[in-house]
Amino acid sequence: MDEIQTGHTSVECDVLVIGGGTAGPMAAYKAKRRNPKARVILLEKANVKRSGAISMGMDGLNNAVVPGYATPEQYTKEITIANDGICDQAPVYKYASRCFDIIQELDSFGIRFQKTENGDFDVKKVHHLGAYVLPMPNGDTVKKALYRQLRRERILISNRFMATRLLTGADGEIAGAIAVNTRSAEFLTIRAKAVILCLGAAGRLGLPQSGYLWGTYENAANSGDGYAMAFHAGAALANLECYQINPLIKDYNGPACAYVAGPFGAYTTNAEGNRFIECDYWSGQMMQEFYDELQSGKGPVFLKLNHLHEDTIGQIETILHNVERPSRGRFHAGRGTDYRRKMVEMHISEIGFCSGHSASGVFVDEFARTTVKGLYAAGDMASVPHNYMLGAFTNGAIAGEDAADFAKEIDLPAHDAEDFERERKRVLAPTLRGDGIPPNQIEYKTRRLVNDYLQPPKVTTKMRLAQQRFAEIREDLEHNMVVRDSHELMRALEASSILDCAEMAATASLFRTESRWGLYHNRVDYPEKNDADWFCHTLLQKSEGRMVCSKRAVAPYIVPIEDDERSAYDRQRIRQQA
Amino acid sequence: MPLINSPSLAPVVVDEDKCIADKGCTVCVDVCPLDILRISDLTGKAFMKYDECWYCMPCEADCPTGAVTVSIPYLLR
Repeated sequence: MDEIQTGHTSVECDVLVIGGGTAGPMAAYKAKRRNPKARVILLEKANVKRSGAISMGMDGLNNAVVPGYATPEQYTKEITIANDGICDQAPVYKYASRCFDIIQELDSFGIRFQKTENGDFDVKKVHHLGAYVLPMPNGDTVKKALYRQLRRERILISNRFMATRLLTGADGEIAGAIAVNTRSAEFLTIRAKAVILCLGAAGRLGLPQSGYLWGTYENAANSGDGYAMAFHAGAALANLECYQINPLIKDYNGPACAYVAGPFGAYTTNAEGNRFIECDYWSGQMMQEFYDELQSGKGPVFLKLNHLHEDTIGQIETILHNVERPSRGRFHAGRGTDYRRKMVEMHISEIGFCSGHSASGVFVDEFARTTVKGLYAAGDMASVPHNYMLGAFTNGAIAGEDAADFAKEIDLPAHDAEDFERERKRVLAPTLRGDGIPPNQIEYKTRRLVNDYLQPPKVTTKMRLAQQRFAEIREDLEHNMVVRDSHELMRALEASSILDCAEMAATASLFRTESRWGLYHNRVDYPEKNDADWFCHTLLQKSEGRMVCSKRAVAPYIVPIEDDERSAYDRQRIRQQA
Repeated sequence: MPLINSPSLAPVVVDEDKCIADKGCTVCVDVCPLDILRISDLTGKAFMKYDECWYCMPCEADCPTGAVTVSIPYLLR
């Protein structure tokens, strides 16, 4: 295993789904259900059984719009405000209208959601305004339940194939993808009428403070390959400067408070044990307050549970130590941390791109269509803001259905045969060198510079320096990188995606000359929010080989926002402490 | 310039008495999202080959004989 072999296979399909985490399986399943005659391929660089952000499971839905608790209008309003107004409401509203059907469908797959004694869904309030959090007592079964459905629908699954570039036709439309086997380096060309990108966040962008490259908040397999491929295929990427930054347990990459422990009465405090934020829901504005407190004399920040009843703490432990990130209990045990006695030290995560939690993603409309014909995106990498796991399922479903309909009406597009030869040469170049720089060092250096120069507070000169240094790394990546086996080749290709994302992060952040979304885009030399010039999306696209940014107007709101509601998320800090 | 290796403490540990990879089992290798486990040519048992662990634990949870233990990487402890 892992020896580099030569080989090339070509296959054809109607709908190609790339990424087998959360959105991908649902997209493939729905495409096949929509048109049972369609040939649907699900491509995954790991194994669909345990891949993606929900590898081990998920402890709850963060954004369930359940009748009786919330309305699509209310949710759309909440997300618009949380995202500082920069929000095309149509995809958010569509998600909100559709997600309850998806909850019921997931329930029928065997993924159970918490219910009250009356049999109603047991929705909790965490957000600033409405109630949308629904616990999943058997959330550890999510991937198994999805996998059963894929088998039942006879979806063609190709594990251990990493897509490297998309293929496009004469008019720029999507024509398929090129992939390479992660254990043999053999190539696979998949010609397709429609392609759905579901490759997750760009989670391996910043470097965790522990220095361990793999200790990222996101599954470390989510290296931003989807962002890079969409960019190289000509798709527009939206609001990349609206980074993902999350509050985590210090040194451990599990989230802590808001969605699990919060509804039980736990909360975020400073070192004095006092609350300093009104609402623990993850927004850029909340993260700014978190960051300010960390830097202040009252820092660091803690998760406080030691005031809770023993039974309550036991319940929280059962969820936190068993479902989403089960190694958490071992981390606490190693440091002698017991929720009953001590507050738990918290910190902020490294930066990344992820619309699941913020708003940085490949631009999509309410049908999950990107700006490239036949190319779709869903889940953490698509631009629907704050869409979380249920957004991945719901928008994956929307993408699958629309792609199946689209594919039915067209012939298989042709692509230039030279595209494959060019890509094979690019991919295999590091395998042909006897000597050079290994991909782990290329990656480490890129990510260390991301921390040094790109993480907020953002400074213009630092970001320009980052661009210079990234250009130097690119020289090394393209001309001096060496790999010794096919596993390292996968890491080399990921390093290339990471570098692309780092350059995109710098370019998009430099373009928006204002501050917005709290910490996510806090530009020290442009400290004010400037609605006159920047109440708009930013789009980043490839043009003649270069990164070009433009503005795009926010689509007229479907759900109006009153003036006094606009600033609800700006009022996070508790002014008068008891 | 030549490449050198620097040692790391492996977070994924396999109990070779319990591991049945020599009888054809590849479950832990299959489920790892980072693809860092392999079966040793010498012992026929599973081992952690690449220091790229997200300590997510499918390898431990899905092992049919309870042979795999995941601990927190030293740098994070």
